[in-house]
Amino acid sequence: MATRNVTRYQRPWIIAFITPAMILTVIFTLVPAFTLLSYSLYGWESFKRGDFVGFTNFERLSNFPFRGDFGGAFRNNVIVFVTLFLVQTSVGMILALAIYRLRRGKKLFQAIVFLPVILSLVIVAFMWKLFLDPLFGPISSLALQFNLPWLNQPWLGQPGLALFTLIFIGLWRWVGFPAIVFLAGMNSINEEYIEAARIDGASEMQIFRKIIFPLLAPSFTIVAILTFIGAFEWFELPYVIGGVTGQPGGSTTTMALLFYRLAFGTVDSATVDVGLSSAIGVILFIFVGIGAALGSYYLRKREIQQ
Amino acid sequence: MKTRNRLRHLVASLTVSAVALSGSVLMAPMSKAANVELTMYSWRVEDKAFYESVIKDFSAANPGIKITFQSFPSADYQTILMSAMAAGKGPDIVHVRAYGALDQLVVPGYLSPLAANEVKGLNKYPVDALNSQRGFSDKRLFGVPFAYQSLGIFYNLEYMRKAGIQLPPNTYPEFIEQLKKIKAAGLQGLANGGSTHIEQMWGTIAPMFYGGTEFYNDVVAGKKTFTDPAFIKSLEAVQELFPYMPSNATAVSYDASRALFFSGKAAFFMGGIFELGYFRNQNPKLKFDFMATPPMSKGGKQFVSTWADGGFGINAKTKARPEALKFLNYLASKSFGAPFVQTVAQITAVPGVPIRDRQLQKAVSSINKWGTPYIMLVGFRYKNPTGSALLQTGIPNMLNGTKTAKQVADEVNKGVGTWFGPFAGKI
Repeated sequence: MATRNVTRYQRPWIIAFITPAMILTVIFTLVPAFTLLSYSLYGWESFKRGDFVGFTNFERLSNFPFRGDFGGAFRNNVIVFVTLFLVQTSVGMILALAIYRLRRGKKLFQAIVFLPVILSLVIVAFMWKLFLDPLFGPISSLALQFNLPWLNQPWLGQPGLALFTLIFIGLWRWVGFPAIVFLAGMNSINEEYIEAARIDGASEMQIFRKIIFPLLAPSFTIVAILTFIGAFEWFELPYVIGGVTGQPGGSTTTMALLFYRLAFGTVDSATVDVGLSSAIGVILFIFVGIGAALGSYYLRKREIQQ
Repeated sequence: MKTRNRLRHLVASLTVSAVALSGSVLMAPMSKAANVELTMYSWRVEDKAFYESVIKDFSAANPGIKITFQSFPSADYQTILMSAMAAGKGPDIVHVRAYGALDQLVVPGYLSPLAANEVKGLNKYPVDALNSQRGFSDKRLFGVPFAYQSLGIFYNLEYMRKAGIQLPPNTYPEFIEQLKKIKAAGLQGLANGGSTHIEQMWGTIAPMFYGGTEFYNDVVAGKKTFTDPAFIKSLEAVQELFPYMPSNATAVSYDASRALFFSGKAAFFMGGIFELGYFRNQNPKLKFDFMATPPMSKGGKQFVSTWADGGFGINAKTKARPEALKFLNYLASKSFGAPFVQTVAQITAVPGVPIRDRQLQKAVSSINKWGTPYIMLVGFRYKNPTGSALLQTGIPNMLNGTKTAKQVADEVNKGVGTWFGPFAGKI
């Protein structure tokens, strides 16, 4: 009864506080999403809308010549997600644990680990592009100076290498984020659990496996979902380093990059194809939306309350 | 008394009204002229100072018209321009690209068509230049051509002398021999990388292998396709140059390639004559020259990939079309053409402008003698996938060894064949 009264009292306030956010969501998310969907159902010439064509643009994506580009871009996004997720999560966890165990200098190391995250991704991309330049970059100079042929590679010029080089750059820049999220999770664990385990003779590894890791589930959910969304919307890094054509040879093309290339065209490689790019946008929106929702639902079910 | 006062009042009122009326009549055109403010968009960031000086000269002669020049990075220009036009907030005067990129603005009706008599001297422009400013389907004129470009070879004779080479090559086989000699001397032959702009390097040598304008005409007419052995040979020729490119060439960016050449660390750079001013500005001490791609044998046929680079158009939604047109007339006159050549070191499209720069003269002469359409830009950048996009991804894959020249040619053919009418039933 009391709850009902409180709810009745709170309702206008809840509505008042939620309404602005809802209006912004409608304007900036729902309207563009439905506009995108409507665009994908029409034929276009440049920015001029033509006839209603139903799902023809989606069909075009599954046929030559766009099947290869779209399939390749999707595969690249999957590789980016899987690699980022595995490496970023494990390295982030190790860094967090190392900082968690520190007795002195925690703040300093937190700042150092988090520093690349606050740098603009575009600046990071340019910086690494210069580092890895085979003619003027310090890495190739170093490799030549100390005769290290394994280091003197076309890191951004070999199809098999380029995507993983980009993933490495992405990791370098972003690994501080999961580390800080995990560290926050570790700091929120009740010390008594760990002390009790230690008194019972549990090893450090056992404490990590049986207490810390399970209680990090909420942090893990956040990192996993954000990595999933970020990996499937990967744009800035491949755009700055590989250009709109995803050099070398299209091997760094992602779905967002393909969307951009076809949505706006480029001066020397692509023309505007609003219908096709909107179809990519719709697929990306649905895939990321459903994937994030399912992932979130599944991961939250596994979370343990302290 | 009362009547006299009334009369005096009436006369005074009429006088004031007459003065006000005459004043407003006289002032109207002046104030209107003084209020005309135009904007111009361009991708020529590096020429901003030049265009601002041109505008200053124009405004001095046309005091009522003020123009604000805004430039954007070349790679992002088309996106920025298209978005602005779509939002109805584009500039009054538009520096437009040519061919396919122009067509993207023509189709949605963003540009105002130009009648031949609206711009003085337009009838003296060559037909090819004017055609570059027409749409793919809409054949009206949408811009005043501004420059010609051609591809060729920049060379640094001082650097070549270190390998015992005294003169630039006379034939293409001699060019390859010189590259071998430079490499054997432990020096860098080609500055070009195999990443972005690889299509440009291909375009520098390709017409020599596929047969220039005759092949272009045959392909455009659908008599030949890109699986023609001559076209495949043109791709293989790029592969043949790969050993003379910098180490890890597929990762060398266009900027790094240019830097390698203008810093005097390579013998040759294959690229557009539009780099002339850039190289001079970056390293005024560098002694270099420009040549057309040499023929396969002495006195043999030569071809130089050529295109009209873009133009100046008018936004269809501008509220000041007469004033914009006035500026376009200025840009089509020698008042613009002469300083354009002098300051920017490029080949103006304005007819009758004398070119005194020796290297530009060489480029103009090679265009006149051996010019052939830069095939993918002039003919195959109208729909997706463009011929250029297919080459820009195909050639690096060929250099990396993941595809053969024939596979790249097949992909270009199949890709372009999805939208290029004359290829119907031939792929």
